Amino acid sequence: MTPLYVIGGYLVLLLGLGIFSARFFRGTAGDFFVASRSIGPFMLLMSVFGTTMTGFALVGSSAKSYTDGIGVYGLMASYSGLIHSACFFLVGIKLWAMGKRYGYVTQCQYFRDRFDSPALGFLLFPILVVLIIPYLLVGLIAAGSVIRGLTVGKTLPNGTVIPGYFPEFFEATNGAVPPWVTGLVIAIVVLVYVFLGGVRSTAWANTFQTLVFMVTGVIAFTLIAKALGGPAAATQLVVDNAPEHLAREGKISKAQFFTYAFIPLSVGMFPHLFQHWLTARSAKSFRLTVVAHPVFIMIVWVPCVLIGVWAAGKGMTAPTPNAILAKMVAVLVHDDIVTGIVMAGILAAIMSSLDSQFMCMSTMFTHDVVLRCRGDREISDKELLWLGRGFVIVIVAVSYGISLIKLPINVFDLGVWCFSGFGALFPIVFAAVYWARATKAGVITAVVLTAAVWAGMLYYDLAVFKVDYPHEEFLVWGMMPVAVLFGVCLISLVGVSLMTKAPNAAVVDKFFPKGRGNHQDAEA
Amino acid sequence: MMGKKVIWVLAVVLFLLHQDVWFWNDRRIVLGFMPIGLAYHALFSIAAACLWAAALKWAWPQEVEDWAMEGDELEVKS
Repeated sequence: MTPLYVIGGYLVLLLGLGIFSARFFRGTAGDFFVASRSIGPFMLLMSVFGTTMTGFALVGSSAKSYTDGIGVYGLMASYSGLIHSACFFLVGIKLWAMGKRYGYVTQCQYFRDRFDSPALGFLLFPILVVLIIPYLLVGLIAAGSVIRGLTVGKTLPNGTVIPGYFPEFFEATNGAVPPWVTGLVIAIVVLVYVFLGGVRSTAWANTFQTLVFMVTGVIAFTLIAKALGGPAAATQLVVDNAPEHLAREGKISKAQFFTYAFIPLSVGMFPHLFQHWLTARSAKSFRLTVVAHPVFIMIVWVPCVLIGVWAAGKGMTAPTPNAILAKMVAVLVHDDIVTGIVMAGILAAIMSSLDSQFMCMSTMFTHDVVLRCRGDREISDKELLWLGRGFVIVIVAVSYGISLIKLPINVFDLGVWCFSGFGALFPIVFAAVYWARATKAGVITAVVLTAAVWAGMLYYDLAVFKVDYPHEEFLVWGMMPVAVLFGVCLISLVGVSLMTKAPNAAVVDKFFPKGRGNHQDAEA
Repeated sequence: MMGKKVIWVLAVVLFLLHQDVWFWNDRRIVLGFMPIGLAYHALFSIAAACLWAAALKWAWPQEVEDWAMEGDELEVKS
C-alpha cells in the first residue's frame, strides 16, 4: 500500500498547491484565460516544459529505448531541443506580441484576424479540437494503465494467484485499481485547480509537477544504476547481451531519422502551448525558456534512455514495453517509497499536459464558439469567466466519458498521428507571422488539403497497414508521413497564395507594422 | 543584422550536425558508461542551448517587444 499512499500524498499536495495558487486569482476573465499576461521567466519555463513533456517523457522514452536502443534520443529529444526552442523564439515571441497588442486568447482568433476570414476560424476550430482530443485521451488512459500496473496481482510459478491491492473493492480486476477510478481521480484533481484559478493555477501546478517528474527520473536512474553495480557495469550488460541497442543500424532508417524533424514543429501549432505563450509578462520572459528547454529535455531523457537500454542488457521482460521503467524500479530497487515516487512522477508528467489541454479546450469553446455565436448580445467579464469555468467542467466530463469507451483503434497510435497533424500545419503559423503575402485562400486550401491527406493516411495506417503489420511503423518512401503532410501544406499554401489576390493593405499594416523589422512584401 | 545571419547559419549547421551518420553503427562507450551515439546527442542538446543563448544576445527581436508594449493593451478580446 505504501506506493499508493505516496501517490495519494502527491495528489493532495498538488490539489493544495492548486487551491493556494487560486488565492492569487484576480477574479477576471483575463486572469482566468491568460493569467493577466503576468507570468515571469521561471514559471513560463516550467509550465511550457511541463506542458510539452507528456507521460512519454518518462514512460515512452524508456520503453522506446528498451525496444529500439539509444537512437530514440536523437530521434525525439535532441531534435526537440533544437526545434522546440526555435519555435518559441521565432513564432512564440511574435504570437505573444500579437496577443498582447490585440487581446487574443485563442489561435482561431488570431488566424481569423490575420487572414481577415471568419470562415478560417470556423474551419480551424474543429480540426484543432479533433487533433487535441486523442492527445488528451492518451494522458487519461496512460494514467489508468500506470496505476493498474502498480496495483495488479500476480500468478506465482506454482499457479497460486496473489490478488491485487484492493480485492474487496475491485473484484472484476482481481484487486487492481481499474482505469476508470484513476481517470476519475485525476480528472477531479485537475478540474478543481483549473476551475478555481484558470491558467494561473495551471502554471503553478505545472511548475510543481515539472520539478517532480524531473527529479523522479534522476532518482530512478541513480538507484537503478547503483543496483546494477554502477553505470559502467550497467552499460557493460548491454555491450555483452544487447549490443545492437548501442547504435541505430537496423533499428531506424536514415530517412526516418531525418524526417522526424517535422514532428517537433507541432509545438508551433499546439493550442495549449499558444495559450501558455500568451501568459508571458514580457517577451523577455521567453529568454529562460528558449535556452533552458534543450537542457531540461536532456536532464529528463538521458537517464530514461539509459534505463531502457540497461533493461534490454539485463534481459528484463515486461507485459508491455511501457511498463519497463516501473518494472526496473520494482525489481531492482525494492523500495515501496521509491516505487510510489516514480509512479507519482509519471502522473506528474501526464497531468502537467492534461491541465493545459483542458484549459485550452475550455478557452476555445468559450471564445471561438460561444462568443462568435452570441450575435449582438454583450457579455460581461464575469459572464465570460463563468462561461470559461462552465466549459472546464464540460470538457473534463466529456473527455473522461470518452476515455471510458472502448475505442476501435489504439489511442496511442492516434496520438502520434495528432502530433503529425499539428506538425504538418506548421507552415500556416510560420507564414502568418513572417509572410505578408500569404492569403486566406492559400491558408484555407492548405488546411483543407492537409486535413484531407492526413485523414486518408490515418485511415490507411489504422485500417489497412496495421492489420497486416501490427508492430511496424507506417512510413511513406521510408519517411515519416508528417514529411509528406508538411509538403502538402507548404506547397498548397505558397502556390495558392501566389495565384490569388494579395491581402489588403490594412491587414498587412496591422500585422506587419513598418519600422519593426518586417518586410512589406505584399503587393497591392 | 550580421549577428542574426551568423545565428541562422549556425542553426542550419547544427541541424546538419544532427544527422550523425558517422556514429550510425558505432557502439563505442565513452566516459565508461555512455554509448557514443547517446553522448553525441546529449552534447548536441547542450550545443542547442548555447546556440539559443547566442541568439538571445545577437538576434533578440527587441523591436517586437517594443511594439507589443507601446500599444493600448487589450487583456482579452471578446
